[in-house]
Amino acid sequence: MKSPVAAVAIALSIFLGLPISSFAGSQDIVVEDAWARASIGKNRPGAAYMTVRNTGTDPVTILSLETPLAMMPDIHRTTTDANGVSSMAPAGEITIAPGEAVSLEPGGLHAMLMRLETPMVEGESFSLTLTFDDGGTVTVDVPILGIAARGPEG
Amino acid sequence: MQRRHLLTYIGAASGALALALFAGWWQVDGPGAPEPVAKRPLPLTEMDFRMTDQTGTAVGPESLLGNASMVFFGFTYCPDVCPTTLSDISSWLDDLGEDVAQLNVVFITIDPKRDTVAAMAEYVSYFHPAIQGWRGSRDQTMRAAEGFRASYEKVATGGGDYTMNHTASVFMFDAEGQFAGTIDYHEPREFAVPKIRRVLARTEEETS
Repeated sequence: MKSPVAAVAIALSIFLGLPISSFAGSQDIVVEDAWARASIGKNRPGAAYMTVRNTGTDPVTILSLETPLAMMPDIHRTTTDANGVSSMAPAGEITIAPGEAVSLEPGGLHAMLMRLETPMVEGESFSLTLTFDDGGTVTVDVPILGIAARGPEG
Repeated sequence: MQRRHLLTYIGAASGALALALFAGWWQVDGPGAPEPVAKRPLPLTEMDFRMTDQTGTAVGPESLLGNASMVFFGFTYCPDVCPTTLSDISSWLDDLGEDVAQLNVVFITIDPKRDTVAAMAEYVSYFHPAIQGWRGSRDQTMRAAEGFRASYEKVATGGGDYTMNHTASVFMFDAEGQFAGTIDYHEPREFAVPKIRRVLARTEEETS
Protein backbone atom coordinates (compact mmCIF):
# COMPACT_ATOMS: atom_id res chain seq x y z
CA MET A 1 0.00 0.00 0.00
CA LYS A 2 1.38 3.31 -1.11
CA SER A 3 1.14 6.38 1.00
CA PRO A 4 -2.05 8.41 0.83
CA VAL A 5 -0.05 11.42 -0.35
CA ALA A 6 1.21 9.53 -3.42
CA ALA A 7 -2.29 8.27 -4.16
CA VAL A 8 -3.62 11.82 -4.07
CA ALA A 9 -0.77 13.01 -6.31
CA ILE A 10 -1.48 10.25 -8.86
CA ALA A 11 -5.21 10.94 -8.75
CA LEU A 12 -4.56 14.64 -9.18
CA SER A 13 -2.24 14.14 -12.15
CA ILE A 14 -4.81 11.88 -13.83
CA PHE A 15 -7.53 14.42 -13.07
CA LEU A 16 -5.52 17.29 -14.51
CA GLY A 17 -4.37 15.15 -17.40
CA LEU A 18 -0.99 16.83 -17.27
CA PRO A 19 1.57 14.43 -18.76
CA ILE A 20 -0.59 12.25 -21.01
CA SER A 21 -2.29 14.80 -23.20
CA SER A 22 -1.61 14.48 -26.91
CA PHE A 23 -4.12 17.18 -27.87
CA ALA A 24 -3.29 20.77 -26.98
CA GLY A 25 -6.64 21.80 -25.56
CA SER A 26 -9.86 20.32 -26.94
CA GLN A 27 -10.04 17.84 -24.06
CA ASP A 28 -10.55 20.90 -21.85
CA ILE A 29 -13.63 21.97 -23.80
CA VAL A 30 -16.97 21.71 -22.05
CA VAL A 31 -20.19 22.27 -23.99
CA GLU A 32 -23.14 23.39 -21.87
CA ASP A 33 -26.83 24.22 -22.35
CA ALA A 34 -27.11 22.98 -25.94
CA TRP A 35 -30.56 23.35 -27.51
CA ALA A 36 -32.20 23.84 -30.86
CA ARG A 37 -35.57 24.93 -32.19
CA ALA A 38 -37.87 22.57 -34.02
CA SER A 39 -38.13 23.17 -37.77
CA ILE A 40 -41.12 23.29 -40.10
CA GLY A 41 -40.28 20.52 -42.55
CA LYS A 42 -36.74 20.25 -43.81
CA ASN A 43 -36.55 23.02 -46.41
CA ARG A 44 -35.82 25.75 -43.92
CA PRO A 45 -32.45 25.93 -42.15
CA GLY A 46 -32.39 25.18 -38.43
CA ALA A 47 -30.35 26.77 -35.66
CA ALA A 48 -28.69 25.34 -32.56
CA TYR A 49 -27.32 27.18 -29.54
CA MET A 50 -24.87 26.31 -26.74
CA THR A 51 -22.07 27.60 -24.55
CA VAL A 52 -18.57 26.34 -25.39
CA ARG A 53 -16.23 26.70 -22.41
CA ASN A 54 -12.44 26.36 -22.50
CA THR A 55 -11.37 25.13 -19.05
CA GLY A 56 -7.74 24.59 -20.13
CA THR A 57 -4.63 26.73 -20.28
CA ASP A 58 -4.31 27.07 -24.07
CA PRO A 59 -6.49 28.89 -26.57
CA VAL A 60 -8.68 26.56 -28.63
CA THR A 61 -10.23 27.29 -32.02
CA ILE A 62 -13.46 25.77 -33.36
CA LEU A 63 -12.78 24.77 -36.97
CA SER A 64 -15.97 23.07 -38.10
CA LEU A 65 -19.24 21.38 -37.21
CA GLU A 66 -20.65 18.07 -38.29
CA THR A 67 -24.04 16.43 -37.73
CA PRO A 68 -26.02 13.64 -39.37
CA LEU A 69 -28.99 16.03 -39.25
CA ALA A 70 -27.75 18.57 -41.80
CA MET A 71 -25.45 18.48 -44.80
CA MET A 72 -24.11 21.99 -44.30
CA PRO A 73 -23.73 22.98 -40.66
CA ASP A 74 -21.73 26.14 -40.01
CA ILE A 75 -21.40 28.76 -37.28
CA HIS A 76 -23.04 32.02 -38.37
CA ARG A 77 -23.20 35.40 -36.72
CA THR A 78 -26.22 37.72 -36.79
CA THR A 79 -25.39 41.42 -36.67
CA THR A 80 -27.69 44.44 -36.64
CA ASP A 81 -26.46 47.78 -38.01
CA ALA A 82 -27.30 51.33 -36.87
CA ASN A 83 -30.36 51.39 -39.16
CA GLY A 84 -31.79 48.27 -37.52
CA VAL A 85 -31.00 46.07 -40.53
CA SER A 86 -29.96 42.62 -39.43
CA SER A 87 -27.83 40.29 -41.51
CA MET A 88 -26.22 36.91 -41.10
CA ALA A 89 -22.81 35.70 -42.26
CA PRO A 90 -20.43 32.78 -41.58
CA ALA A 91 -18.56 33.61 -38.37
CA GLY A 92 -15.26 32.05 -39.52
CA GLU A 93 -12.97 30.40 -37.02
CA ILE A 94 -13.84 31.09 -33.40
CA THR A 95 -11.01 31.06 -30.86
CA ILE A 96 -11.77 30.64 -27.19
CA ALA A 97 -9.15 31.96 -24.77
CA PRO A 98 -8.18 29.87 -21.70
CA GLY A 99 -10.82 30.20 -19.00
CA GLU A 100 -13.23 31.88 -21.39
CA ALA A 101 -16.47 30.71 -22.99
CA VAL A 102 -18.21 31.51 -26.24
CA SER A 103 -22.00 31.67 -26.20
CA LEU A 104 -24.02 30.67 -29.22
CA GLU A 105 -27.33 32.37 -28.44
CA PRO A 106 -30.32 33.87 -30.29
CA GLY A 107 -29.46 37.07 -32.12
CA GLY A 108 -25.70 36.43 -32.07
CA LEU A 109 -23.65 33.37 -32.91
CA HIS A 110 -25.56 30.24 -33.83
CA ALA A 111 -24.89 26.85 -35.35
CA MET A 112 -26.77 27.23 -38.61
CA LEU A 113 -27.98 23.85 -39.86
CA MET A 114 -28.38 24.13 -43.62
CA ARG A 115 -29.74 21.39 -45.88
CA LEU A 116 -31.61 19.38 -43.24
CA GLU A 117 -31.75 15.64 -43.91
CA THR A 118 -34.82 15.24 -41.71
CA PRO A 119 -37.21 17.70 -40.03
CA MET A 120 -36.22 18.79 -36.52
CA VAL A 121 -38.99 17.43 -34.31
CA GLU A 122 -39.72 18.84 -30.85
CA GLY A 123 -38.81 16.31 -28.13
CA GLU A 124 -36.15 14.56 -30.22
CA SER A 125 -32.42 15.26 -30.17
CA PHE A 126 -29.45 15.01 -32.52
CA SER A 127 -25.70 14.76 -32.17
CA LEU A 128 -23.42 17.62 -33.16
CA THR A 129 -19.63 17.28 -33.37
CA LEU A 130 -17.31 20.25 -32.99
CA THR A 131 -13.81 19.89 -34.46
CA PHE A 132 -10.99 21.93 -32.93
CA ASP A 133 -7.64 23.14 -34.25
CA ASP A 134 -5.66 20.50 -32.32
CA GLY A 135 -7.51 17.77 -34.22
CA GLY A 136 -9.68 16.87 -31.23
CA THR A 137 -13.45 16.68 -31.36
CA VAL A 138 -16.30 17.06 -28.89
CA THR A 139 -19.71 15.55 -29.62
CA VAL A 140 -22.82 16.81 -27.86
CA ASP A 141 -26.42 15.68 -27.85
CA VAL A 142 -28.66 18.62 -28.71
CA PRO A 143 -32.30 18.48 -27.49
CA ILE A 144 -34.88 19.92 -29.90
CA LEU A 145 -37.31 22.31 -28.20
CA GLY A 146 -40.40 24.05 -29.61
CA ILE A 147 -40.21 26.60 -32.45
CA ALA A 148 -41.03 29.42 -30.02
CA ALA A 149 -38.35 28.38 -27.46
CA ARG A 150 -36.17 31.22 -26.20
CA GLY A 151 -33.47 29.35 -24.32
CA PRO A 152 -32.30 25.94 -23.08
CA GLU A 153 -35.23 25.88 -20.63
CA GLY A 154 -37.75 26.35 -23.40
CA MET B 1 -18.83 103.50 -12.76
CA GLN B 2 -19.94 103.98 -16.41
CA ARG B 3 -17.26 101.62 -17.57
CA ARG B 4 -18.43 99.01 -15.11
CA HIS B 5 -22.01 99.24 -16.46
CA LEU B 6 -20.71 98.79 -19.97
CA LEU B 7 -18.82 95.66 -18.96
CA THR B 8 -21.96 94.27 -17.35
CA TYR B 9 -23.92 94.89 -20.55
CA ILE B 10 -21.25 93.27 -22.68
CA GLY B 11 -21.15 90.32 -20.31
CA ALA B 12 -24.92 89.90 -20.36
CA ALA B 13 -25.08 90.29 -24.14
CA SER B 14 -22.40 87.69 -24.79
CA GLY B 15 -24.07 85.40 -22.26
CA ALA B 16 -27.38 85.75 -24.10
CA LEU B 17 -25.63 85.13 -27.42
CA ALA B 18 -23.98 81.98 -26.08
CA LEU B 19 -27.32 80.79 -24.75
CA ALA B 20 -29.01 81.41 -28.11
CA LEU B 21 -26.23 79.56 -29.94
CA PHE B 22 -26.48 76.68 -27.51
CA ALA B 23 -30.28 76.53 -27.85
CA GLY B 24 -29.90 76.59 -31.64
CA TRP B 25 -27.36 73.77 -31.58
CA TRP B 26 -29.56 71.76 -29.19
CA GLN B 27 -32.55 71.94 -31.52
CA VAL B 28 -30.76 71.50 -34.84
CA ASP B 29 -27.82 69.18 -34.24
CA GLY B 30 -27.92 68.38 -30.54
CA PRO B 31 -30.04 65.99 -28.47
CA GLY B 32 -33.15 68.08 -29.14
CA ALA B 33 -32.92 67.56 -32.90
CA PRO B 34 -35.97 65.89 -34.46
CA GLU B 35 -35.47 62.47 -36.02
CA PRO B 36 -34.69 62.86 -39.72
CA VAL B 37 -38.13 62.84 -41.33
CA ALA B 38 -37.04 60.64 -44.23
CA LYS B 39 -36.12 57.80 -41.86
CA ARG B 40 -39.46 57.72 -40.03
CA PRO B 41 -42.21 55.45 -41.30
CA LEU B 42 -45.13 57.24 -42.96
CA PRO B 43 -48.42 57.38 -41.06
CA LEU B 44 -50.45 54.26 -41.93
CA THR B 45 -53.04 56.54 -43.55
CA GLU B 46 -50.45 57.59 -46.14
CA MET B 47 -49.33 54.06 -47.00
CA ASP B 48 -50.84 52.05 -49.82
CA PHE B 49 -50.26 48.34 -50.28
CA ARG B 50 -52.42 45.23 -50.65
CA MET B 51 -51.66 41.93 -48.92
CA THR B 52 -53.30 38.71 -47.77
CA ASP B 53 -53.35 37.67 -44.12
CA GLN B 54 -52.93 34.15 -42.73
CA THR B 55 -56.68 33.50 -43.02
CA GLY B 56 -56.77 34.43 -46.71
CA THR B 57 -58.42 37.82 -46.08
CA ALA B 58 -57.36 40.86 -48.13
CA VAL B 59 -55.64 43.41 -45.87
CA GLY B 60 -53.83 46.73 -46.15
CA PRO B 61 -52.59 49.55 -43.91
CA GLU B 62 -56.19 50.77 -43.40
CA SER B 63 -57.01 47.40 -41.75
CA LEU B 64 -54.83 48.51 -38.83
CA LEU B 65 -56.62 51.77 -38.01
CA GLY B 66 -58.78 51.89 -34.88
CA ASN B 67 -56.32 49.95 -32.73
CA ALA B 68 -52.68 50.48 -31.85
CA SER B 69 -50.36 48.37 -34.02
CA MET B 70 -46.98 46.66 -33.98
CA VAL B 71 -45.56 45.76 -37.39
CA PHE B 72 -42.29 44.00 -38.24
CA PHE B 73 -40.65 42.40 -41.25
CA GLY B 74 -39.03 38.99 -41.62
CA PHE B 75 -39.24 35.65 -43.44
CA THR B 76 -39.95 32.11 -42.38
CA TYR B 77 -36.68 30.67 -43.75
CA CYS B 78 -34.84 32.81 -41.19
CA PRO B 79 -33.34 30.48 -38.56
CA ASP B 80 -32.27 32.95 -35.89
CA VAL B 81 -33.58 36.53 -35.80
CA CYS B 82 -37.18 35.90 -36.91
CA PRO B 83 -38.15 33.07 -34.54
CA THR B 84 -36.36 35.02 -31.78
CA THR B 85 -38.34 38.18 -32.59
CA LEU B 86 -41.63 36.28 -32.79
CA SER B 87 -41.01 34.46 -29.52
CA ASP B 88 -39.87 37.70 -27.79
CA ILE B 89 -43.03 39.45 -28.98
CA SER B 90 -45.14 36.46 -27.89
CA SER B 91 -43.76 36.82 -24.36
CA TRP B 92 -44.41 40.61 -24.35
CA LEU B 93 -48.00 39.89 -25.45
CA ASP B 94 -48.35 37.34 -22.64
CA ASP B 95 -47.34 40.14 -20.23
CA LEU B 96 -49.98 42.49 -21.65
CA GLY B 97 -52.74 40.00 -20.91
CA GLU B 98 -56.20 41.17 -21.96
CA ASP B 99 -54.89 44.45 -23.38
CA VAL B 100 -53.68 42.48 -26.40
CA ALA B 101 -57.26 42.71 -27.73
CA GLN B 102 -56.57 46.44 -28.33
CA LEU B 103 -53.47 45.72 -30.40
CA ASN B 104 -52.74 44.60 -33.97
CA VAL B 105 -49.53 42.58 -34.26
CA VAL B 106 -48.40 41.96 -37.81
CA PHE B 107 -45.47 40.01 -39.23
CA ILE B 108 -44.93 40.91 -42.92
CA THR B 109 -42.79 38.58 -45.04
CA ILE B 110 -40.14 40.16 -47.27
CA ASP B 111 -39.64 36.81 -49.01
CA PRO B 112 -42.99 36.26 -50.79
CA LYS B 113 -41.33 33.89 -53.26
CA ARG B 114 -40.95 31.18 -50.60
CA ASP B 115 -43.46 32.40 -48.01
CA THR B 116 -46.89 31.55 -49.39
CA VAL B 117 -50.05 32.42 -47.45
CA ALA B 118 -50.19 28.79 -46.25
CA ALA B 119 -46.54 28.93 -45.10
CA MET B 120 -47.21 32.16 -43.19
CA ALA B 121 -50.33 30.67 -41.61
CA GLU B 122 -48.44 27.62 -40.38
CA TYR B 123 -45.50 29.71 -39.15
CA VAL B 124 -47.50 32.21 -37.09
CA SER B 125 -49.58 29.39 -35.58
CA TYR B 126 -46.54 28.42 -33.48
CA PHE B 127 -46.49 31.80 -31.72
CA HIS B 128 -48.92 34.05 -29.80
CA PRO B 129 -52.39 33.80 -31.40
CA ALA B 130 -52.58 37.60 -31.78
CA ILE B 131 -49.71 37.61 -34.29
CA GLN B 132 -50.89 37.90 -37.88
CA GLY B 133 -48.83 36.92 -40.93
CA TRP B 134 -49.18 39.12 -44.03
CA ARG B 135 -47.95 38.24 -47.50
CA GLY B 136 -48.11 40.33 -50.68
CA SER B 137 -46.77 40.17 -54.22
CA ARG B 138 -43.18 41.30 -54.83
CA ASP B 139 -44.35 44.77 -55.89
CA GLN B 140 -46.73 45.19 -52.97
CA THR B 141 -44.02 44.03 -50.54
CA MET B 142 -41.70 46.70 -51.95
CA ARG B 143 -44.41 49.35 -51.53
CA ALA B 144 -45.02 48.28 -47.94
CA ALA B 145 -41.31 48.38 -47.06
CA GLU B 146 -41.05 51.86 -48.63
CA GLY B 147 -43.90 53.12 -46.47
CA PHE B 148 -42.27 51.78 -43.31
CA ARG B 149 -38.82 52.96 -44.50
CA ALA B 150 -37.70 49.38 -44.00
CA SER B 151 -35.11 47.75 -46.22
CA TYR B 152 -34.37 44.19 -47.30
CA GLU B 153 -31.96 42.47 -49.60
CA LYS B 154 -31.52 38.95 -50.94
CA VAL B 155 -28.14 37.36 -50.20
CA ALA B 156 -27.03 34.13 -51.91
CA THR B 157 -25.67 31.46 -49.55
CA GLY B 158 -24.49 29.02 -52.24
CA GLY B 159 -26.11 26.14 -54.10
CA GLY B 160 -29.10 28.27 -55.12
CA ASP B 161 -30.05 28.93 -51.49
CA TYR B 162 -30.44 32.44 -50.20
CA THR B 163 -31.10 34.37 -47.04
CA MET B 164 -32.51 37.87 -46.55
CA ASN B 165 -30.99 40.85 -44.78
CA HIS B 166 -33.82 42.97 -43.43
CA THR B 167 -34.86 45.68 -40.99
CA ALA B 168 -35.55 43.84 -37.74
CA SER B 169 -37.12 46.70 -35.73
CA VAL B 170 -40.72 46.55 -34.55
CA PHE B 171 -42.68 49.65 -35.69
CA MET B 172 -45.46 50.97 -33.45
CA PHE B 173 -48.44 53.07 -34.51
CA ASP B 174 -51.33 54.56 -32.57
CA ALA B 175 -55.00 53.92 -33.41
CA GLU B 176 -55.03 56.85 -35.85
CA GLY B 177 -52.09 55.37 -37.73
CA GLN B 178 -49.46 57.85 -36.51
CA PHE B 179 -45.97 56.43 -36.06
CA ALA B 180 -45.36 55.97 -32.32
CA GLY B 181 -41.78 54.69 -32.13
CA THR B 182 -39.85 51.47 -32.57
CA ILE B 183 -38.82 48.60 -30.39
CA ASP B 184 -35.44 47.24 -31.32
CA TYR B 185 -35.20 43.61 -32.11
CA HIS B 186 -34.04 41.81 -28.94
CA GLU B 187 -34.96 44.73 -26.65
CA PRO B 188 -35.33 43.46 -23.07
CA ARG B 189 -38.90 42.93 -21.95
CA GLU B 190 -38.60 45.52 -19.13
CA PHE B 191 -38.20 48.24 -21.82
CA ALA B 192 -40.40 46.74 -24.52
CA VAL B 193 -43.56 46.10 -22.50
CA PRO B 194 -43.81 49.66 -21.02
CA LYS B 195 -43.29 51.09 -24.54
CA ILE B 196 -46.24 49.08 -25.83
CA ARG B 197 -48.32 50.10 -22.80
CA ARG B 198 -47.57 53.78 -23.51
CA VAL B 199 -48.82 53.46 -27.09
CA LEU B 200 -51.94 51.65 -25.83
CA ALA B 201 -52.56 54.42 -23.25
CA ARG B 202 -52.16 57.08 -25.94
CA THR B 203 -54.68 55.22 -28.08
CA GLU B 204 -57.15 55.14 -25.19
CA GLU B 205 -56.87 58.93 -24.77
CA GLU B 206 -57.48 59.46 -28.46
CA THR B 207 -60.55 57.29 -28.63
CA SER B 208 -62.18 58.39 -25.34
